[in-house]
Amino acid sequence: MEIVVCIKQVPDTTEVKIDPVTNTLIRQGVPSIVNPFDKNALEAALQLRDSYGGKVTVLTMGPPQAKDALKECLSIGADDAILVSDRAFGGSDTLATSYTLKAAIDKIGKVDVIFCGKQAIDGDTAQVGPEMAEHLGIAQVTYVAKMDIDGDTARMERENEDGYEVIKVKLPVLVSVIKSSNYEPRYPTVKGAIRANRVEIPTWTAADLDVDEARLGLKGSSTQVQKIFTPPQRVQGVVINKDAREAATELLLRLVEAKIM
Amino acid sequence: MSVMVSKECIGCGACEAGCPFGAIKMQDGMAIIDEACTQCGACVDICPVGAISRDEETKQLVIDKDAYKDVWVSLEVTDGSLKNVGLELLGEGRKLADIMGQKLAGVLIGENVEKLAKEAFAAGADKVYLVEAPELAHYSTDGYTATVVDLITIYRPSVILLGATNNGRDLGPRVACRVGTGLTADCTGLGIDEATGLVAWTRPAFGGNIMATIFCPDNRPQMGTVRPSVFKKPVPDYAKSGEVIKVASKVKAEDIRTQIIDIVHVCTASCNLEEAEIIVSGGRGLGKPENFCYVEDLANALGAAVGASRAAVDAGWKPHLHQVGQTGKTVAPKIYFACGISGAIQHLAGMSSSDTIIAINKDPDAPIFKVADYGIVGDIKEVLPILTEEFKKMKAS
Repeated sequence: MEIVVCIKQVPDTTEVKIDPVTNTLIRQGVPSIVNPFDKNALEAALQLRDSYGGKVTVLTMGPPQAKDALKECLSIGADDAILVSDRAFGGSDTLATSYTLKAAIDKIGKVDVIFCGKQAIDGDTAQVGPEMAEHLGIAQVTYVAKMDIDGDTARMERENEDGYEVIKVKLPVLVSVIKSSNYEPRYPTVKGAIRANRVEIPTWTAADLDVDEARLGLKGSSTQVQKIFTPPQRVQGVVINKDAREAATELLLRLVEAKIM
Repeated sequence: MSVMVSKECIGCGACEAGCPFGAIKMQDGMAIIDEACTQCGACVDICPVGAISRDEETKQLVIDKDAYKDVWVSLEVTDGSLKNVGLELLGEGRKLADIMGQKLAGVLIGENVEKLAKEAFAAGADKVYLVEAPELAHYSTDGYTATVVDLITIYRPSVILLGATNNGRDLGPRVACRVGTGLTADCTGLGIDEATGLVAWTRPAFGGNIMATIFCPDNRPQMGTVRPSVFKKPVPDYAKSGEVIKVASKVKAEDIRTQIIDIVHVCTASCNLEEAEIIVSGGRGLGKPENFCYVEDLANALGAAVGASRAAVDAGWKPHLHQVGQTGKTVAPKIYFACGISGAIQHLAGMSSSDTIIAINKDPDAPIFKVADYGIVGDIKEVLPILTEEFKKMKAS
């Protein structure tokens, strides 16, 4: 089974802070990590490989330093890694990113399952996966919590707002994976880390891919960031620090007074 | 369009620190902008000496944008009724359509759903595009993508709004990609830019730390998914009516590659967080899983849904379907009770647009108090039962 996992190196947004004076993002000291949902996706891929054999390739588009994220995935257990990197890809929105990744998948060749994390924690769009599936013309199943394969058919549990759907689909398929107890990421191993340092990670540029230049990067992007601003902060309200009964009564009075209840 | 640094640059590094995308490096005392730049323009405002500028350069027009008219809202159907988010978007879509001087239409896809059109008219739609077929009884990526793309090709809308539900976020990118247009995910603000007439899509990014306003200047339709509960449902006016435009489905059963073999409802009303008017959430501050009963009792008394913080879900106290926050559900109820929740930024990203936030926590320094309208410093086990009892009395009276 040929499996590709698309990952993204992201700033750890849990560590991002806003400078209270300039009201801008403080990026300094914020570590770059493998997008957490992509680790769930990698785990799903490794489980499939462990059960049915085959190969897991991790693929990312990003700047040269994104190789670190690929190395981490190799040390966790991926077999191969490919970096797609070129200045021409700069400023890509989801449409241009998915187009570029599609070309990389084409170059990889026959693929049975493509995994993505549900969304990246910096952009939070959840769009690159479905858009890749569309470019490739293959089926997609999003928000997957569990997956199994029977011959050429995959059976999945897809989360919805109040439960889940059980879905069957013939391969090839693109699957986006949610954080799920079925896919708790495994840890890197020493053996894996040694191998990760030895594996040659190829960098594919625009020239290596069969792409139309006009559809890459900013030129190929339909959306434009018009401005960035920090959200208006909520103003701290009343804090009641009294004995439980008094505090509860005061809260109720205030809620009734403000016509909230 | 491009962002440029002029020789006025003093190499102070303010832009490097302020770039949301880490796209600026200092080199030989000058700011250098690299390929990570999305041309958002944040640095233009940051630069103390005005050395950074953003050039607006018009792209060659590919499509005739004037041929695209009207604002569409995708109306999601669940268990035979319209999801609230569709009605909320009709209310907001009405405003956009009025500013643009265009019509508002609902897109209704399914089987035996024609009766729901009147709900759309009551919420402000001028017309409803109706596609009914047995193959469309349930949502499928393939069936619904083909149907929406077919409607776009025939009727050419200028704007499409979809709910940022799991199905909306499955369908949106597939449609946008097929018609080759831009899609802005998970918006929390919509407007029309006065200068350009474009839809200004505003959305949180970086885990809610920053907001970005996005344009789709050169492609049509302009598309976006919008979070549930951000906008209020319009008060229905059943005196209103409109035109139902029936369109024959072109989808055949074999076009749908996925097959739904079972639909499992894990949750009852208590985890319908997206549609709840009141949510009572619990976190690790409850101490142990059994103490979630205090949260549930209060929720029952209020007819509220039950939420949980990521920490509580990770500890196995509640299933993931209850999780509120960046990696769970985004909610904006009228009242949000945060019980024993410290208030990490990821949790705040999922609930800070609630109308009223009430926090109950033992720790007076918990960050949740900074965003709460009302806070009680106290023990959940003592405070919640009293509140539950009092709300029951209020209801009874």
